[in-house]
Amino acid sequence: MGKLLISFASGIIFAGGLGLAGMVQPEKVLGFLDVAGTWDPTLAVVMGAALAVDLVVFPLLLRRKQPLLDSRWHLPIQTNIDRRLIGGAVLFGAGWGLSGVCPGPALMAMATLDAEPLVFGAAMLGGMGLFHAVAALTQPSKAAPVAPRGLGAGEPALTTGIDG
Amino acid sequence: MTVEPTFTSQVAGTAAVGGALIGLASALLLSANGRIAGISGIAGRLLDGSTKDRGWRLAFVGGLLAGSVALLAVAPQVFGRSGWASLGQLTVAGLLVGYGTQLGNGCTSGHGVCGLARRSPRSLAATLTFMGVAGAVVFGLRHLQAG
Repeated sequence: MGKLLISFASGIIFAGGLGLAGMVQPEKVLGFLDVAGTWDPTLAVVMGAALAVDLVVFPLLLRRKQPLLDSRWHLPIQTNIDRRLIGGAVLFGAGWGLSGVCPGPALMAMATLDAEPLVFGAAMLGGMGLFHAVAALTQPSKAAPVAPRGLGAGEPALTTGIDG
Repeated sequence: MTVEPTFTSQVAGTAAVGGALIGLASALLLSANGRIAGISGIAGRLLDGSTKDRGWRLAFVGGLLAGSVALLAVAPQVFGRSGWASLGQLTVAGLLVGYGTQLGNGCTSGHGVCGLARRSPRSLAATLTFMGVAGAVVFGLRHLQAG
């Protein structure tokens, strides 16, 4: 229950930050990406401020043996920079540049019930679902249960391979 | 209706506070749950049939939406309603963002904030890639087609 409340609170604070920072306005994001136009550095300030906090806080937190409400850290284990990582970033970057919208603001903007955010959000969720449907078909081992490690919540060890 | 985006010291200050809140939200999730606040990963795994740990993911997305609804009520101006592309372009873009973030294991939050904060070379490579590609696409749309 505590973990669910923390997740919910984190989502609320995250939404407040994105909204306050102007990141739910595609024009602001496109203004940042348009370095050859009237460049708008807002996004750099937002990322810089978030990083200023987390570059200091994350290492301090990760010195602990375990998080406050869980028996272990759920951190990415992959370290190799491979074609899948770069290919995914290329596709994401292309979609981000075409729209000025990334996943957090996309989910938030759906709450306006305007046509544009609903269409974008539906397409984004469709793209996510498509990836996992294809992955399940082409890598049957992916869906197979993996032995849970230690005192974890019994989830597949695979989830630790996710960066974000 | 369309306001020319301007970058003033007030905008910079508000953006810095917003960014710090994003940092705090990520630190909260990591400190208590040991999880990375990567939105594409949190949401995307809900659409993966093999995912077992759905509860905290739903709670996070629920919080994001609850925060959004609250903002809509008290500060509707934070939602930019004029800068959106055509529905056709948004459909293509949405599919690319959805598929690409799952293939590349992260987006602006997971790689761009949390990954860089963990000093992950993978996240640095991904962030430089998606920013570079997005910048190139915007350059093409705004400065090559217009002429």
